[in-house]
Amino acid sequence: MAYTRQKISELVDGTIDDETLHTMLSSPKDTERFELYIDVLQERMPWDDRIILPYGPSLFCVQKSDTRQWVIRCRCGHDFCDQSDNWKLHALIHVRDTPELMEELYPGLMAPSSNWQVLREYFCPQCATLHDVEAPTPWYPVIHDFEPDIEAFYRDWLGLEVPERA
Amino acid sequence: MQEDTAAGIVRGGETLKAHRDRILKATRDSGHYAGLTHCELRETQPIHYNKLFSRLRAGVVDARETAKKIAASPIVEQEGELCFSLYNAAGDCILTSTGIIIHVGTMGAAIKYMIENGWEEDPGVAAGDVFCNNDCLTGNVHPCDIHTIVPIFWEGELIGWVGGVTHVIDTGAVGPGSMTTGQVQRFGDGYQITCRKIGTNDKLHRDWLHESQRMVRTTRYWMLDERTRLAGCHMIRKQVEEIIADEGIDAYWAFAYEAIEHGRTGLQNRLRAMTIPGRYRQVGFVDVPYSHEDVRVPSDFAKVDSIMHTPSEIEIRRDGSWRLDFEGSSRWGWHTYNAHQVTFTSGIWVMMTQTLIPTELINDGAAYGTEFRLPKGTWMNPDDRRVAFAYAWHFLVSSWTSLWRGLSRAYFGRGFLEEVNAGNANTSNWLQGGGFNQYDEIHAVNSFESAAEGVGAMALRDGLNHAAAIWNPEGDMGDMEIWELAEPLIYLGRKVKTNSGGYGKYRGGCGYETLRMVWNAKDWTMFFMGNGHMVSDWGLMGGYPSAAGYRFAAHDTQLKQAIADGAELPLGGDRDPDQTAWDALLPDSARIKRDKQAITTEEMFSDYDLYLNYLRGGPGFGDPLERAPQAVADDVNGDYLLARFADSAYGVVLACDNDGHYTVNTAATERRREQIRQERLDRAQPTRDWMAGERDKILAKQGAEDHVKQMFASSFRLGPRFYEQFKTFWSLPEDWTLTEEELDRPSYGAHYAMDISELPDVHPVILVEE
Repeated sequence: MAYTRQKISELVDGTIDDETLHTMLSSPKDTERFELYIDVLQERMPWDDRIILPYGPSLFCVQKSDTRQWVIRCRCGHDFCDQSDNWKLHALIHVRDTPELMEELYPGLMAPSSNWQVLREYFCPQCATLHDVEAPTPWYPVIHDFEPDIEAFYRDWLGLEVPERA
Repeated sequence: MQEDTAAGIVRGGETLKAHRDRILKATRDSGHYAGLTHCELRETQPIHYNKLFSRLRAGVVDARETAKKIAASPIVEQEGELCFSLYNAAGDCILTSTGIIIHVGTMGAAIKYMIENGWEEDPGVAAGDVFCNNDCLTGNVHPCDIHTIVPIFWEGELIGWVGGVTHVIDTGAVGPGSMTTGQVQRFGDGYQITCRKIGTNDKLHRDWLHESQRMVRTTRYWMLDERTRLAGCHMIRKQVEEIIADEGIDAYWAFAYEAIEHGRTGLQNRLRAMTIPGRYRQVGFVDVPYSHEDVRVPSDFAKVDSIMHTPSEIEIRRDGSWRLDFEGSSRWGWHTYNAHQVTFTSGIWVMMTQTLIPTELINDGAAYGTEFRLPKGTWMNPDDRRVAFAYAWHFLVSSWTSLWRGLSRAYFGRGFLEEVNAGNANTSNWLQGGGFNQYDEIHAVNSFESAAEGVGAMALRDGLNHAAAIWNPEGDMGDMEIWELAEPLIYLGRKVKTNSGGYGKYRGGCGYETLRMVWNAKDWTMFFMGNGHMVSDWGLMGGYPSAAGYRFAAHDTQLKQAIADGAELPLGGDRDPDQTAWDALLPDSARIKRDKQAITTEEMFSDYDLYLNYLRGGPGFGDPLERAPQAVADDVNGDYLLARFADSAYGVVLACDNDGHYTVNTAATERRREQIRQERLDRAQPTRDWMAGERDKILAKQGAEDHVKQMFASSFRLGPRFYEQFKTFWSLPEDWTLTEEELDRPSYGAHYAMDISELPDVHPVILVEE
């Protein structure tokens, strides 16, 4: 079933009512959702470039209107990199790799042991939004966690025209 | 072994082996299960098809609910640790009940093992036979999951099988409890039965009853759980016979194969409806800290710290098919946390039923619709027949949590925010042990309180507190009164575990904790089983992992005297473990264990000793600075968050009134959050700058201790692609290597292995790409 724009907006805001949420969880997925969702998100952005695909609450794949390049962009407008690249490599990182840094966030006995596991926080260099936290061992490569096949998604799965890409 | 041309027992005269071979070949050749490019019954008589589905599904669920009431074991009766599945003649699952549905695959693997190893010829398969299996080398999760398997015949021909499984409380392993830690090889892992015929004419053999009950500690539970399973199997067999009498054998036979093709196409359709094609990468870890003095194992080579490691890549293709590749996973180890390939893959369906396939049609169709690659020799596909499996769940749940993150990226991208889940809690602690109980009987315990952990945050609200566990979507914490009847352990407290959920715009659900006092036990032991040094979940899209684990136990407490004196007692929860409030109530002479060693082996406990059972929380979602300040105040007032972390984790400034009630200082909070943003920028550095420093450490082989290096070395050896990717990422010289041999620790098992395929007349069933 389809949902109203208002309901999708409430879903994004986290204010949706339990009954509709339960219906969303227990019913077949609504095919209109993606376009409605993008539309709701688009009007909230401080920029006009087209959202191609949301990567997180404040992180998006965006088509730059001037060059048609697809980039990874923060809600604040900062562009990390081309969509094909791993945005984390273009972020700011803070690594919690000592007991003192861990205990800023957890009681001592409830913190990970930093000689087993570290926390890597990835921030936007412009607005300092925290976009991701990795919790691997020391030495672990930065994970390139999401490489969507956007062309196939738009064209083959949704029947939408693939946005132009420089 | 029987010739394929000989007259067989399967409907139509095929042998079991010929039948399965034909089904597999048709599946391979056509890309559709059993070659069903066209499902005649479902397409031409959909109402008839659905009637069959509804009656059979109701039958397996009814059998489970009824059988549950027969059980004596609280694990089964309270927690629902049982499940029944119906299989076709080839051993592929048609339908599964509710419950521990990981066994959709494991019992099928046992049936396939019987098919592939000539059971039809010897010991024979006839109407009224009863088979028992719990052998982990055929695909079982761990020895405590006991399968009862009954063939179903119609007019003298085999038309399928029914299996029932319960989690029994003890299987006679080195230590008491069902998921024990002291053993490091199969030979101490508990009584294991390989698809043994234990009954004929619907009656259990006397030699089986005599032998099996003396192989375990908890005889009464063992015997009653077996009757639970057998009763359920017979209920389902009767239901199938009645349905065939009503609907005809041809319709039933068609359904038994079409339902699996239906399950396969259903998964593909859901993948297309809910996800995004592409590649998703994630990784999971769990700690195995065995060098500690409170881990007493028989073999020096097992007395090492190690990390279990599972990177994964999910590839969702344009046609809706998908492949899950676990290249880079670490080697199996000398502990009980290894898993069989069937366990690993089958368990993933438990998780998927809560998101991708939330239907009643849980069967082997999903397995046929998925390509798995599990490199041989890894912890989830060991290449050695000596491995132990008793607590396979230690890393199963910890590795699967990473898959939630991958799928959630797809759901988030498409706008299905209602499906996003930051991950699942590491299911622990497991309170286990045994000795003589309050009824003066030899006893073992495994508290399934852990069926109610904190749930990961959604993309639109907090995770549920102390609510669920990934491996049993219907589990709950059980009633204290029942646990006190089952265990000689009095409750001194049961409350939410403060600060256990991961931070985020939406926080992970908190777990809970119970304080148990030993009472009326004799010769009693207990141990801890969980994660301590590492958290398994990561948080999602800016959310943080949940808190890690720890242990608290106290001996020589003199609480008997304190109770007589009416003195203040340790009660409730260990609210802030850094404050050690309970310790101050105990005499100086008390022996207190309060540390990060969350895995131990059997430790002696006496009456009035204390044991803290801390059940973990779930990970968070989104940047914590975006959490509504009032929600943070509510968390502190509700004891979900310690007040001091309102500032450091959330940037929320609270004021406390005389009643101890916290309110938000809005203006100060806005200033504090702005200050934190600046602090973030000040102390962070460009990722590539950090990488340059990290690379230098790796070149010098510094900055990682031996347990970390051993993890990488074992993953490099089993995963050449992972090794190359590691070197490429860090721009390491071509000749850079890291091997287990260069570490100052034993590496038994790294080079010499022998699996059951090398045993005479044994044909293992391989269901994944290795």
